[in-house]
Amino acid sequence: MNGTATIALAGNPNSGKTTLFNAITGARQRVGNYPGITVERKEGTINLDDVKINVVDLPGCYSLSAYSQEELVARKVLVDERPDIVVDIVDATRLERHLYLAVQFFELGIPVVLALNMMDEAGKQGVRIDSARLSSLLNCPVVETVARSGLGKQELMRKALDHAKQRGGIWEPLKISYGPDLDVALDHMVEKIEAARFMTNRYPARWVALKYLEADAEVLASGRTLGGPAQELEVIVQRTREHIQKTLNTVPEALIADYRYGLINSILRQNVLSHERTQEERIDVSAKLDSILTNRLLGPAIMFGVLYAMFQVTFTVGEIPMGWLESLFGWLGETATAIIPEGLVQSLVVSGIIDGVGGVMGFVPLIGIMFLMISFLEDSGYMARVAYMLDRILRIFGLHGCSAMPFIVSGGIMGGCAVPGVMATRTLRSPKEKLATLITAPFMPCGAKLPVFLLLIAAFFSENEAQIMFLITLFAWTMALLVSKLLRSTIIKGDPTPFIMELPPYRLPTLQGVLIHSWERVWQYIRKAGTVILAVSVLLWAAMTFPGLPEEAASKFAADRQAIAASAIDQEQQQALIVEIDNLEAQATLKHSVAGRIGSFFEPVSQWAGFDWRTNIALVGGFAAKEVIVSTFGTAYSLGEVDPEDSSSLSSRIAADPAWNKATALALIVFVLLYAPCFVTVVTMAKESSWRWALFSTCFNTALGFGLAVVAYQVGSLFLV
Amino acid sequence: MQKSLRTLGVHEKARITSITACGEMGRRLRDMGLVTGTEVEVVGRAPLKDPVALRLRDFTLTLRNNEADCIMIEKMEEKS
Repeated sequence: MNGTATIALAGNPNSGKTTLFNAITGARQRVGNYPGITVERKEGTINLDDVKINVVDLPGCYSLSAYSQEELVARKVLVDERPDIVVDIVDATRLERHLYLAVQFFELGIPVVLALNMMDEAGKQGVRIDSARLSSLLNCPVVETVARSGLGKQELMRKALDHAKQRGGIWEPLKISYGPDLDVALDHMVEKIEAARFMTNRYPARWVALKYLEADAEVLASGRTLGGPAQELEVIVQRTREHIQKTLNTVPEALIADYRYGLINSILRQNVLSHERTQEERIDVSAKLDSILTNRLLGPAIMFGVLYAMFQVTFTVGEIPMGWLESLFGWLGETATAIIPEGLVQSLVVSGIIDGVGGVMGFVPLIGIMFLMISFLEDSGYMARVAYMLDRILRIFGLHGCSAMPFIVSGGIMGGCAVPGVMATRTLRSPKEKLATLITAPFMPCGAKLPVFLLLIAAFFSENEAQIMFLITLFAWTMALLVSKLLRSTIIKGDPTPFIMELPPYRLPTLQGVLIHSWERVWQYIRKAGTVILAVSVLLWAAMTFPGLPEEAASKFAADRQAIAASAIDQEQQQALIVEIDNLEAQATLKHSVAGRIGSFFEPVSQWAGFDWRTNIALVGGFAAKEVIVSTFGTAYSLGEVDPEDSSSLSSRIAADPAWNKATALALIVFVLLYAPCFVTVVTMAKESSWRWALFSTCFNTALGFGLAVVAYQVGSLFLV
Repeated sequence: MQKSLRTLGVHEKARITSITACGEMGRRLRDMGLVTGTEVEVVGRAPLKDPVALRLRDFTLTLRNNEADCIMIEKMEEKS
């Protein structure tokens, strides 16, 4: 083995696989993605008896069929990377179910060591397992473990190494009998496969034959491109299929599953598994909890309570470190202003880089806390119950029970953030529902849109602030659900993904697991989003800075200033007049810049929704971060810097402006709620899906927002003014 | 008499006689341990009566009513 070895950890979801991986590798983990998909690839390195062991944590899967991305990835790693050994982690309390995956590893022939995990819980439930007997019947080493406490991990690693050495990389596929009909077909197919060496460089011949009988989409597709005996194999499968349908009224894949479970049962019945208590006598804590937590009336009430509390905690606790980061970047900005001489470089560093990156880093505490709590809810098993309770409603709109969380995190109860919201779509296992959720989650009124709404409400609808805010939230939900429905019945059409999901037993998550999980996501955000975001902030800064005012215009402002300085009026008045000129100059500069020209360019079209060039610039700036809308308004209305938290002067200014009325305000609220997500969200979306979909959502949401804003303005002009 | 799993009430037990689903869903059902002969018990229903939670092979599984339609069962007598 030359002092190195690769061990793949495999197992069902909720088998304690990740906990065991954390216990084995500790903090020495590397997280990446499998190319082209969002399944995470985790690896860690440990040293044992002078052997450097690379531990690969395979995604959790129930089977090696081609149902989910996780299963495909697990299969691919096994056959393409050929790890020295697979450690299959099975939950001792659910042995029968979990051995189904193990049997498929034996059929593949790869060397396997079985980790009988959660032996402590099995003991408590009165489940007795004769692991020595199981080992001899399965013909593979079996090690009892308790992942939470790390019990048995040393022995597990040692036995895995020994077994790998003993097998020396030789695969020994287990041959299971699938009854007379299938066995004949399998033997026939194996002959053809071996003669043509069809895919035998990757899989054992019998495995290929089995996958053909199981109608495995991936194997069938790659077989067709290879040619060879593919055609003949499909004919044999077709004949067998018809024969089995006629004689047994079933399909080959069902028969194969029956025989696999039959084999598992026959092994367990040979005095391997015994229960001290019958099912009725067992005290099932999870069942008791479920009778309360998923109760018809109490269940939903508790769920809303939990979600609301989580949300409150995130934003109240998150505010504190957010404040520290804000002060840190504020201090950095001031220091840079002091050190770097005034001019373009200073402007680039302060307004472009520090403000841009600072705005992004400000989200980090929010994301961290949000994921701490989401990890806790996921690992404890409660998240699966939330999906279970909400599935019926969300399904109407082409979504999935698991879509609820991203919506709420994005601001579904007012004032969330779409960045962690989009990241939370990871809990969705089904790609189509995930995409629909991902595109519509940014409609929610996130914390950064709130100042814009507050500004406009204060200016035009101050008499019923609370009602309008509530209506905005309601409108956001309605749009998100309706657009999901629209998308799911047009471009992301497809049958709903089955809701065949395990409700894992409730467990107290391990602190290590929750911390590692959250840290990974936060770090990914900082690293990946950070680079792109830096580039875009510089770009936006440039758009709002260049080209500068032409010489004569600038000198005119300078001359005005000098004239005032030289005039006879008192100091205080002079100061006020100079500030006014500064603001006028800023306004003129902005109008002259690329962003200003874009704003003016779109004015003829945006007029339909009542937006003038100033609003357009603010909206362009809002693409960087929605907070920017209010501050850009400040510059465009030549008020100088406006603090988004305190915009009362701006709101009276807007209220007094003849270009503004209730209809304009309404149209702008609608547009800000729906238009392109901020670029941090877009980058996150691209990472969770693809750049194509991220761009689609940018364009689609903007078009939708504009369309509805025009309607709001035109209808509003008739009734409100 | 053949009935679908949808008709099974909470806390009732049944044995699966056949699964009519094919393709992706059939594969998923089998992978999760729903094969002919398996004993299942309905342990609960979501607040809106759908999906349903089942207990089989020492674990709990949820599925929607329209997915339960593909699973044919025979009811088992209550042990009194």
